[in-house]
Amino acid sequence: MHRLALVLPWLLAVASTAAAAPDGVIRVGSKSFTESYILAEIAAQVIEQVGEARAERRVGLGGTGVTQRALESDAIDLYPEYTGTLTRVILKEPSLETIEAIRARLASRDLTMSDSLGFDNTYALAMRDDRAERLGVRTISDLAAHPELRGAFSSGFLEREDGWPGLRRVYGLSLARADVMEHALTYRAVASGEVDLMDVFSTDGQLERLHLRLLEDDRHFFPDYSAVLLARREMTERYPRTWARLREVLEGRLDDRRMARLNAMVDLDGRHVTEAAAEFLAGGTPAAAGFARSGRHAILGEIVALTRDHALLVLISVGVAVVLGLPMGILAARFRRAGQLELSAIAMLQTVPALALLMFMIPLFGIGKGPALVALSLYALLPIARNTYAGLMAIDRTLLEIAWVLRLGELRRLLRIELPLSAITIMAGIKTAAVTTVGTATLAAFIGGGGYGTLIVRGLALDDTATILAGAAPAALMALAFHGLFELLDRWVVPRGLRG
Amino acid sequence: MIALREVTKRFGATAALDAVSLEVPEATTHVLLGSSGSGKSTVLRVILGLTIPDGGEVLVDGTAVDLSTRDRLVARMGYVVQDGGLYPHLTAADNVALAAEAHAWPRDRIAARLHALTELTGLEAAMLGRYPRQLSGGQRQRVGLMRALMLDPPILLLDEPLGALDPIVRVELQEQLGRLVADLKKTVVMVTHDVREAARLGHTITLLTAGRVVQQGPYADLAERPASPFVTQFLTAQAAPAPSPSATD
Repeated sequence: MHRLALVLPWLLAVASTAAAAPDGVIRVGSKSFTESYILAEIAAQVIEQVGEARAERRVGLGGTGVTQRALESDAIDLYPEYTGTLTRVILKEPSLETIEAIRARLASRDLTMSDSLGFDNTYALAMRDDRAERLGVRTISDLAAHPELRGAFSSGFLEREDGWPGLRRVYGLSLARADVMEHALTYRAVASGEVDLMDVFSTDGQLERLHLRLLEDDRHFFPDYSAVLLARREMTERYPRTWARLREVLEGRLDDRRMARLNAMVDLDGRHVTEAAAEFLAGGTPAAAGFARSGRHAILGEIVALTRDHALLVLISVGVAVVLGLPMGILAARFRRAGQLELSAIAMLQTVPALALLMFMIPLFGIGKGPALVALSLYALLPIARNTYAGLMAIDRTLLEIAWVLRLGELRRLLRIELPLSAITIMAGIKTAAVTTVGTATLAAFIGGGGYGTLIVRGLALDDTATILAGAAPAALMALAFHGLFELLDRWVVPRGLRG
Repeated sequence: MIALREVTKRFGATAALDAVSLEVPEATTHVLLGSSGSGKSTVLRVILGLTIPDGGEVLVDGTAVDLSTRDRLVARMGYVVQDGGLYPHLTAADNVALAAEAHAWPRDRIAARLHALTELTGLEAAMLGRYPRQLSGGQRQRVGLMRALMLDPPILLLDEPLGALDPIVRVELQEQLGRLVADLKKTVVMVTHDVREAARLGHTITLLTAGRVVQQGPYADLAERPASPFVTQFLTAQAAPAPSPSATD
């Protein structure tokens, strides 16, 4: 086991490299919905085209909270955002109206943003065209005359002040029902007539094909949700040519129809985000094929980067869990009663679903690798502490008594006798921790921790099985690789006299 | 010198030791004889301080063994258990050297002592690099004895040290052990259930049953003047051919 002690500094050294700031890299983030993915991919392709820095895609970070925190904590350099979200959710100053005013407020946070990209992805209410026609509903005001209608809204919309509660007050609406429903399922419910009314985004790719009618916001309740690129000012100053090019290519170049079409390409035609981005960029230049290729190239490069990410997540969190779990297991074996309490506490931690544990980390540590590592380390703790305890408890009592008669002393007895005798059991715990952490680490992507989960989250958001597999399959391979690696480590850590 | 005075130890309702007294003068070998569960191993444990008696007194060189003195006293003792009690993850040499390591002996001093001990116990030097599972029972027993002798303690406590060996090796080792402790002038307390071994090695013998002393004295006393029919029964039950009625000389 004294050998295991030698491995730890190495693990910690590996850990320290994770925090190093990347040089010559612009990290592009996105939220986890199609439009955000497409805009981020367009930005990434422009960055690669300029060549001032490499583009790193850290996309699919989830909602506004996580993505925004990723930007402010320097985990990403830019991502697509909407003015309405900026004023209401991020700056919490709904009175800001112009782009200039918002940009001025962002400056104090060391952030900046582009002008409007051209389209306004605002909330809107949609009904099936034929039903709206029959009822004579054209505007949101017209809904007041139809309290028998049933609505189904996404959970954000149903709760946000700029969603249903405000809308209802301003227009004096009441509905027979207003339920929460998963957005993707609501389309089907509206199409089949089970639900009359749903919230959509005005650039929704499905509107046209599902024959949905957008109701006119005749009292201008919904704020302006113009798309912009939100960026760290430091990045824009460091890579001025790239930032200028991004603004030139994107500002005012995407209207509602064009964005809706790109969304539809991905959502409805099953095309890849990189293709949609390349198609947009090819709109002005005839280099479509080239972009598409570089897109596929980027996916491969991305998997390589994600592999490094993922391996680091696993190695560091298992390393930390070993550093904490070994002493905890030893203490539990030394002080039986307190030990049982301690092991129960760790076991309880294990009953928290991994995803929930990750979410709990956000208010404490923000988003990104840090909180993911904390959560993964806590998760890896149980098998290591538990097996250390079990290994120590299983040692023949006579051998311990002889150690006392030989007057080896506490520390020597632990290092020279007890830990080596439990090495097989302890290593089994570490192996269990490593292999399960490879799986659990895919969830890190939900809070911007990177790793293979990035592809899984993206695949889920785009309903794209191939992308999910691109994340899941390497994760399975890595689990096998780690298992093999630790089997090799066994030969080194487990004393020869104990091996069969 | 080791002395027990009216030592009593209970585990729940059963008495492992019931008012046991005995004396072991310096440089003599005392054998604790009895069937399993008679309390003979517990005698070794109270001498070592691994078990603290409920009543009575254990004296080692005039000092009572208790929680405050046992750490100091155990330094004068070597302890050997059945099959050697070796650490399976350490080579024979590392097993033997453990106590010296804890005393920060320099490497060459350890090597010299290891060499001397192999000669003393008759272990082939080539066996020192092996792990316990690669050794025969007799070799393991020798390594266990070497470990107990490493720091040259005046007292040896042997718990069925030859219990796991086949008869031929056993007799051979009995003779070696007898010579060795006599040459080194060790004070020995040894546990066995083998009457011939007791006769061969013990200057004096204590026959125990159910934690009580049945008879104490040289083997000849037990054989010729048994204190009860149990003594005769115990002595004759095992020994098909009568053992030589003399202690090791």
